[in-house]
Amino acid sequence: MITATEIIRSAPAEICRPWLRHILPHADWIALAQTAPAEGWTLLAHWADTALAHALFLDPDSLRVVPVSTLVEAGRYPALSPYLPAAALYQRMVHDLWGHVAEGAADLRPWLDHGNWPLSPPMAIRPESRPPGAPPLLTGPEQDDAMILPLGPIWGQLDEAAHLRLTLHGPIVRYAEALLGFTHKGALTLMRGKSTRAAARFAARLAADATVAHSVAFAQAAESALDVEVPQRAIGLRIAMMEIERIAIHLDNLTEVARLAGAGTVRTKCGTLREVLLRATATAFGHRLMMDCVIPGGVAADIDANGPEAILRALGTIASELPTLRRLHDGPALSSRLVGLARTRGARGGVTGRASGHAFDVRTNFAPGYAGLMPRTAVLSEGDAAARQRLRLLEIEESLRLIGLTMDLLPAGPTTATLPQVSGEGIGCAESSRGDIWHSIQLDHGQIAAVFVRDPGWDQWPLAEQALRGAEAEDIDLIRTSLALPASGIDL
Amino acid sequence: MAPPNPSEPIDSETIAILAARLEAASQTRLGRSLAIRHINTGSCNGCELELRGLRNSFYDLERFGLRLVENPGQADVLLVTGPLTRNLKAALEQAWDATPEPKWVVAVGDCAVDGGVFKGSYAVLGGTGHSVPVDLTIGGCPPTPARILAALRTLLEVNAT
Ligand code: SF4
Repeated sequence: MITATEIIRSAPAEICRPWLRHILPHADWIALAQTAPAEGWTLLAHWADTALAHALFLDPDSLRVVPVSTLVEAGRYPALSPYLPAAALYQRMVHDLWGHVAEGAADLRPWLDHGNWPLSPPMAIRPESRPPGAPPLLTGPEQDDAMILPLGPIWGQLDEAAHLRLTLHGPIVRYAEALLGFTHKGALTLMRGKSTRAAARFAARLAADATVAHSVAFAQAAESALDVEVPQRAIGLRIAMMEIERIAIHLDNLTEVARLAGAGTVRTKCGTLREVLLRATATAFGHRLMMDCVIPGGVAADIDANGPEAILRALGTIASELPTLRRLHDGPALSSRLVGLARTRGARGGVTGRASGHAFDVRTNFAPGYAGLMPRTAVLSEGDAAARQRLRLLEIEESLRLIGLTMDLLPAGPTTATLPQVSGEGIGCAESSRGDIWHSIQLDHGQIAAVFVRDPGWDQWPLAEQALRGAEAEDIDLIRTSLALPASGIDL
Repeated sequence: MAPPNPSEPIDSETIAILAARLEAASQTRLGRSLAIRHINTGSCNGCELELRGLRNSFYDLERFGLRLVENPGQADVLLVTGPLTRNLKAALEQAWDATPEPKWVVAVGDCAVDGGVFKGSYAVLGGTGHSVPVDLTIGGCPPTPARILAALRTLLEVNAT
């Protein structure tokens, strides 16, 4: 059988910095999907534009990212999902947004489109107007003796808008299906046709728990497309912001999991530490969540004169509490609730992956600026909720080190580069607190012609459906929180 | 660790406006504590991150008599975040219908105020006010916990006057 590398090598390619994007005939697009699992290639993302279907692969041997495309002919392209199950949700999204049919897909039920939009498909060249229709229905495998528990889309718990449909057998979840798309805001359409600076505001608002990470991935994709070098000082400040975001979001998660598990001391301590950090962040960067602080070309503003001291003091407070937090997580209050809870299998990266033996982390190979800092990826093997919280603590510790080092090494100099109004194509990535983020941009004279933004949620939600199977219904909130499952990023 | 700091002062102008609205509607006063139900109508989760901050010991909203509840049937206040997406319009309206009178609706964040940056999208209707009457808006993207807390305390004041 022909190998993935051979398929790629014989195909024509376009420059898609820092990689090459290969254009495959339908037969090779399918052949690549067939051979990918055996060769360990993973599907990082799958999307479309008005003319082509795109997929982004990771080749683990040569450690390269491989973008490929195939023509959409008469509204159809061959489905990847028969060979790569992870493609299934993306294909439903592609169908909802562009109208392209993934031929051979087992499941093309609507995903983002609940029948409420005034036009369809919204990203087609000429969308058609349509009257409001009936919302799609979930179809789980229903059994006569089973009880269906619908949860959401509004939970009233200061979190997500998403719908979970659980099939219960007694108190046990037999089957869980997530229905998302409720928070779909049309972000990709809003970005199209704008300058990269204007579109960056939407990248920053895809998923606020990763506002810095999404902004960095977006900026890098734009800078790659324009072939622009970002000043070293901006790269250092971006890393500081991304690691601060990781600590703040992990602290938020530790707070919420402790609250749901009834661990009052951990909840209070982590909530306080997060607030201390956010106040320092506001001093340093002018915004508590650092929204809009990273822009294509660099950073929106240099760190405040009082910023480094404020940040380092907050980090010192966090570092001094870490041993206590670690001890409390090993203590009976939390471990009795978390050990063995919602074990996951098969996650490629993120906290979920790294808590279950999979070390993938783009900071160790693809993310600019990290190489000199030698980031250390913590990995645990148990894969349960307890391991995820311990991993979050280990990651906080490593982020403290990375921020300290970055701030020490921060060179003087400018914090932005000018962006030329040229055309080009690029890919950017970042490691958010939930996993790897990938952005792909095509620019036409500095304006966005096509864009896709891939949130880790695309991997997380299918994993959550699996992890919920066999769980006790009363643990649902704890499990959801321990897996960290925002919907907005995947809802687009 | 740093001691809790006082939140922002309560805005007397807002209190006056709300009090006038309360008189006009001749609403029954709700009393010295308020039960709050959060509704996400399409948020990026930034507003939720700051709302969750209200539970930490710096802001500790419960000490003011502000309680978060999950059941809209027990709520006095609907705290709405996010632009109103077309896919969540029905859910917002259901929650509003399920909340007994008298009730306050508070739109939190630029998106809930008027759709924010998502205004004009095919998937977004605008702010909370597109579907249900709004009593109080809190701008910001996202608003800080201090600002949200100050605004919620105006509701307590209005109810107490
Ligand atoms: S106001 Fe800002 S933080 Fe709040 S939901 Fe809208 S974009 Fe997100």
